[in-house]
Amino acid sequence: MSQSSPTGSFDVASLVEDVNLRRVGQYALVVFFLGFFLVPLETGIMTAIKTNESVARSLPFAPPVGEGFTLGNIQFALEQLSGSFFNSLIMSIPATIGSVLFGSMAAYGLTMVNWRAQMGVLMLFVVGVFVPYQAVLVPLARFWNNIFPLARMIEPMVASIPFFQGYHADLVPLVITHIAYGIPICTILFRSYYQSLPNSLVEAGKIDGASITKIYRRIILPISKPMFGVVFIYQFTQIYNEFLFAFTLVTGSDAPAAPVTLVLPAIGASTSGIDFGIRMSAAFLAAVPTLILYVAFAEQFAKGLRTEA
Amino acid sequence: MATHDNTEHVSDAPDEAVGWESKLQYFLNSDFVRSAPYWGIPFVLMSIAVYGGIGYNFAISFTDYEGLGTPDYSALDLEMYAQALSSDAFIAAAQNNLVLLVGFTTICLVLGLFLAILLDHGIRFSEKFQTVYLLPMSLSFVVTAQLWLWMFNVESGILNLVVTTLGFNPVDWLGNPSIALGAVIFALIWQFSGYTMVVYLAGLQSIPDDQFEAARVDGASITRTYLRIIVPQLKEASVSAAVVLMVFALKAFTFLYALVGRYRPPNGTDILATLMVRRAFKFGEWAYSAAIATMLLVMALGVIGPYLYYQYKQGSL
Repeated sequence: MSQSSPTGSFDVASLVEDVNLRRVGQYALVVFFLGFFLVPLETGIMTAIKTNESVARSLPFAPPVGEGFTLGNIQFALEQLSGSFFNSLIMSIPATIGSVLFGSMAAYGLTMVNWRAQMGVLMLFVVGVFVPYQAVLVPLARFWNNIFPLARMIEPMVASIPFFQGYHADLVPLVITHIAYGIPICTILFRSYYQSLPNSLVEAGKIDGASITKIYRRIILPISKPMFGVVFIYQFTQIYNEFLFAFTLVTGSDAPAAPVTLVLPAIGASTSGIDFGIRMSAAFLAAVPTLILYVAFAEQFAKGLRTEA
Repeated sequence: MATHDNTEHVSDAPDEAVGWESKLQYFLNSDFVRSAPYWGIPFVLMSIAVYGGIGYNFAISFTDYEGLGTPDYSALDLEMYAQALSSDAFIAAAQNNLVLLVGFTTICLVLGLFLAILLDHGIRFSEKFQTVYLLPMSLSFVVTAQLWLWMFNVESGILNLVVTTLGFNPVDWLGNPSIALGAVIFALIWQFSGYTMVVYLAGLQSIPDDQFEAARVDGASITRTYLRIIVPQLKEASVSAAVVLMVFALKAFTFLYALVGRYRPPNGTDILATLMVRRAFKFGEWAYSAAIATMLLVMALGVIGPYLYYQYKQGSL
């Protein structure tokens, strides 16, 4: 404690000393960019809680005053989106768990055990991270619609599960697709972590005669908990936010199994134009799950992005 | 190795059954086989999806398949590729794609580097600012497209508010074909520059502080220090960030679709990805869009290939 007060006063002194033009300019820029990144969001939220009249009359970023305030738009958007929220979550959660688990297993197999041709297999995983999904859309649509119509086959089974409807079967191919295409990035993220672990951990396990499975379950899984957090948050955000696969497999925004991202571009649109109060409410609601995750785990999210590069 | 030699020897001996069994036993106990379920299952699943998909797409692109019945593989030719390369829509989309690729990637890198340096240098609460700068990256393209649709609104969007306050006429950002692509690039930079910043910050933090000190002792200005000493060391961070951004620029479909909620993006912003999806799902020209997709893939591989080779040479894979 005796250390803290001199440090405190030193800080204040250096702050006063540092108030020169360069410092002021630097902070002004920092604040400017704060505005740059926040204004579209702030404007969206303010527009979401204004009446139509207020949207038309007031400045877009100004908060609503008096009569201009309403929660009607958000309520309306919530009603429109509630079904698709459920679809999004029951699609994203199993897809995330699946791809994260497979990614961890693959990364373990590739890093912890030495065998030839490892580099070639790894390359195939890395390329899989970057492949534009457009290159597989036509095959995907044909596979799940014509060759192996899984959704139609399991529809009666899904309908018999409580809380589920037959149309939720449409989400099963989507979950499998997300798992398969999520494996490469999860593998690469886990691999960078497993490589940073000391080799002695596994060696010790091997000397003790532990099997590969035992090393994975007893040694690797417990110490990679933090990395599981990072990859899980990263992957959930990706899958929840994803649009193209859902667009290909579930098609229209009016399909009952459509996830949030598919419904959003159609909400509040009519022949007379877009009702921005409703559209912004819906956009804000759609972003809430990822925003909560981001605010709570910003550091993990940043780490996921850093490792990807 | 000793065991291995032994089994080889035994298998030559007359008692062949034992040799074969022990050989198998040895093989089954090897690390390769015992680790196979770990990497093998995910690898097979991923390979079917990614490489099986690419191969199938490649095959369809040589047919004339238009969505009825099954593709006819008896008459394979390059007709779809020729048709694409001679179509104006394809050329225009490829040009837009190039502008997006170069403009978006360059500005994102420069702005991201600028933000990283800005926050790296003795800013209080720089972590909090970092979190805000990166925030757009956590949002779906569908959501950010809605936010920017409102920003770009002709009557009451913020951008026109600024423009008219400065005394100019309001601009139809997304309606004017010569401006629309620039507007889209601007919005995408808003979303991605936080990402490049994070990549650069990680690079900056790995550079030891004493290099700053040494430069300061030598009397170099801060700008000079950064330009001459620090930035050249960020080559690796720049390359990886550029690859991620370029690959994104090639496949940026979601943002453009979500801006208007239909297959045709604003005039002047059609890129190969939007053209491909429109041809496939709106017009059912599966073979034609498969050909476009293959060319898109080749472009992406043109970006990734050299990068992976560079990484491999560096030994950082």
